[in-house]
Amino acid sequence: MKILEIRDMKKSFGDLEVLKGVSLSVNEGEVLSIIGPSGSGKSTLLRCATMLEQMDEGDLLYLDEYAAKDVKGGKSIYSSKLDLKRIRRNFGLVFQNFNLFPHYSVLKNVAEAPQLVDGISKKKAETRARILLDKLGLSDKAEAFPFQLSGGQQQRVSIARALALQPKLLFFDEPTSALDPELTGEVLKVIKELAKEKMTMVIVTHEMHFAEELSDRIIFIEDGIIQVEGTPEDIFKTDNPRLKEFIGKFGK
Amino acid sequence: MNINFVLTQLGLGFLTTVIIFALTLLFSLPLGLLVSFGRMSKIFIIRTISKFYISVMRGTPLMLQLIVVFFAPYYVFGLQLGSSYRFTAVIVAFVLNYAAYFAEIYRGGIESMPVGQYEAAKVLGYSKGQTFIRIILPQVIKRILPPITNETITLVKDTSLAFVLSVVEMFTMAKQIAASQTTMMPLMIAGLFYYLFNLVVAFGMERIEKSMNYYR
Ligand SMILES: Nc1ncnc2c1ncn2[C@@H]1O[C@H](COP(=O)(O)OP(=O)(O)O)[C@@H](O)[C@H]1O
Ligand SMILES: [Mg+2]
Repeated sequence: MKILEIRDMKKSFGDLEVLKGVSLSVNEGEVLSIIGPSGSGKSTLLRCATMLEQMDEGDLLYLDEYAAKDVKGGKSIYSSKLDLKRIRRNFGLVFQNFNLFPHYSVLKNVAEAPQLVDGISKKKAETRARILLDKLGLSDKAEAFPFQLSGGQQQRVSIARALALQPKLLFFDEPTSALDPELTGEVLKVIKELAKEKMTMVIVTHEMHFAEELSDRIIFIEDGIIQVEGTPEDIFKTDNPRLKEFIGKFGK
Repeated sequence: MNINFVLTQLGLGFLTTVIIFALTLLFSLPLGLLVSFGRMSKIFIIRTISKFYISVMRGTPLMLQLIVVFFAPYYVFGLQLGSSYRFTAVIVAFVLNYAAYFAEIYRGGIESMPVGQYEAAKVLGYSKGQTFIRIILPQVIKRILPPITNETITLVKDTSLAFVLSVVEMFTMAKQIAASQTTMMPLMIAGLFYYLFNLVVAFGMERIEKSMNYYR
């Protein structure tokens, strides 16, 4: 089943054409990685997919339901607020710089949204949050505040926060880019665990080795279009000169 | 001169001072938040009106505003209000004036919030109201406490301006006694009262600031 489908997504900021027609789909249980040079539009793609940004043209579908539909003449029309609210529950997003709520304890960061959005009791939400924190190796941090945690711990909390809403698809925008090199491992490990559990994920990353190991498919994006798409094998044995150069730079 | 008499009279005036202070804060803090929303509104007319309101309130003397508020019902609406309106006018003028200052403080705090906080809340499914009340406002309050403390301390001293409408707060009282008994002493004592009051205010604000130090 297709969890996410994007058809011919276009997005400009003023005169700057960032996405020039991107199409992709993600099946249930699949891990899709997106690689590409800085400024190529990877974040914009994720922000449009998660509706933090409105795309100009193209279709956006979750579970075959239109979140935005391209009408003839090329302009995306978004569904009603109520529909979007429901559609939004299909996915979660993990930000590069975590965006945890600093005034909330770790536990409250993870447990509040399910109470507000799914209407479950505080007790139930906190029980579930503790189970999640336990799973991500943070059981002793439930009462801590974000500023007391390392970057790697903060990022794991933000993953727990997203997982607490039981999304069908989880987006990651360079989840380890803001971390010191020695802290990336613990976050990548958590994501690998999720992949093992068949969590559907779309991951923007510069960690080539990680992408190769984990992904079912990889997309190489440059200049606002998908230049190459394929299995990790295809990608790392590519003939495409731009992709070759890119992989060379980020090394394995 | 009877020191007890002076202290009793000043004490009565001080009560009025405290009431003006408390009522002004009680109404101007929420009103200021509303005005800051107006100031940041997407709707041009609301934004412009709010901006004009703030600039007039900050750009003219509070003393003049007191007088205008007091005489407005008569000159604008032809209403004859009794002398009890004096006190109401003082409160209304103070509230209108301080709301303008507070509005700009709120705005600064709200605009300083990183956009990532809004985005995280949005993706998690928080409504706009939930995002503001639960995520944004608590953090804004922590950020704006120092300037709010400044304004609050200024307000303690500004209460003495109520004398222009002959509302007898502590400073008016002190002047009256000083004039009738030809001594500076009551004024000095009044000064001491203001100072002590402000020490208490500063202490209270510091306590509130400390209570928010559990996060950064
Ligand atoms: N809100 C915005 N306003 C204007 N330009 C933007 C905005 N967001 C991104 N851009 C521009 O779009 C281009 C792609 O950005 P981005 O999607 O963040 O790239 P990537 O994540 O691949 O590094 C960049 O040139 C960036 O400056
Ligand atoms: Mg990016």
